Amino acid sequence: MHMADMKDFGEMDVSDRGGKHDYHYDDAKHIPASPGLTPSQTVGPFFAYGLTPGAYGYPLEEIHTNNLVDDDMEGTRITIEGQVFDGTGSAVHDAVIELIQADHQGNYQSNTRNYAFAGFGRMGTGADGKEGDTRFVFNTIKPGITQEGGAPSITLIIFMRGLLNHCITRVYFEGDDLSSDPILSQVPEARRQTLIAKEITPNHYRFDIHMQGEKETVFFDI
Amino acid sequence: MRDIKRGRDWSQMLGQLFEDYKSSRIRSPQQPPVKLDGGWDNALSFAPKWPQLPDSDADLTINARVDGDPIGERIIVEGFIRDENGKPVPNALIEIWQANAAGRYIHKEELHPAPLDPNFTGAGRCISADDGSYRFITIKPGSYPWGNHRNAWRPAHIHFSIFGIGLAQRLVTQMYFPGDPTLPYDPIFNSTPDAEIRNRLISQFSMEDTVPEWAHCYKFDIVLAGQYATPFEEGHAHG
Repeated sequence: MHMADMKDFGEMDVSDRGGKHDYHYDDAKHIPASPGLTPSQTVGPFFAYGLTPGAYGYPLEEIHTNNLVDDDMEGTRITIEGQVFDGTGSAVHDAVIELIQADHQGNYQSNTRNYAFAGFGRMGTGADGKEGDTRFVFNTIKPGITQEGGAPSITLIIFMRGLLNHCITRVYFEGDDLSSDPILSQVPEARRQTLIAKEITPNHYRFDIHMQGEKETVFFDI
Repeated sequence: MRDIKRGRDWSQMLGQLFEDYKSSRIRSPQQPPVKLDGGWDNALSFAPKWPQLPDSDADLTINARVDGDPIGERIIVEGFIRDENGKPVPNALIEIWQANAAGRYIHKEELHPAPLDPNFTGAGRCISADDGSYRFITIKPGSYPWGNHRNAWRPAHIHFSIFGIGLAQRLVTQMYFPGDPTLPYDPIFNSTPDAEIRNRLISQFSMEDTVPEWAHCYKFDIVLAGQYATPFEEGHAHG
């Protein structure tokens, strides 16, 4: 079992599952799957060796890392770092963050013939090897504007143990003109600041994700 | 093509909080997700070119071999990735991970006192073909205990991560096995309240595709939401 599950090992009436479980299946026969959508399940605590092996020191060759740049690429180098916080204010050490963005000209990899910049990254929190370090850190370039009136921004997808369905958010950059961004303008004004990364030092940004509470990050229904 | 105004099909899900699944109490968002009336950019239709993957990436019985075969029942896990209209999803990246036959994960934080298998890591990946088909060879995982409640056991399962065409087709889920007696007791499986919907996660044993003297075959078809239309053709709306 997982270390985090061992605290608060409460008693629970196993027979009470909050409702009837009335499904039947005959495991010896072929039952065609119903045609509807496959439901989501949590990513669980043990994704690292499958999804983010390199960062955790596992042997599988990594498809995607947290480093989206090499020396040949055009655009301003930036770093985005942050932590994910649960409802108690504790940093989550087993979340997976995926990043999707356009290149410095505002083109996504799938819409441009220039595949030099993949625009996709992935990292687990708690991966940096340092004891207690629960940050995610992405090394990338500042994306260009991707639509009229838009401000430069990056899409993040968040998965973790305890999350039944993944969450999607969008990162904006302090100092940019955000006044006419088509996405941000649909977010309730009081919550917009949860989507704005702070510039700590030039081109080094901090973006924390809060799953609950007063500072709960805006997530989108996509 | 779907309209972004639809959002996700929440009618098929519980939502984000299921009290019985303890860690969801402090990790699930409490605000409803913001529904958009258009305005999203081409991140919606993002479909990267995945790198070419070696065949061995999809065979978990050989991709971590050290000095012998992994222990346990060899199984084929295969199926089709389609959207809700029956259209195949080609070029989808499918990544799987699982425990070994004893129900032990190699993850460093795993504490279950079941043996590790030196010839098995339990991670694999492949890319769906033009007809949406995929195929893995692996070992049937064991059930394993966890601390959600007293005597809690996860049913035997294989984790799946699918990256199809665009954000609508990003899915992380788990595949279960028919006849598993622990399924009625698992809060994660039961977080989907409708039995007919959660039963879609149970693979089907296929005698026809079981290979004699070699491996049982389990079928697991995955149905993704229809992809969103690409908001802007050929780059961005910059005139």
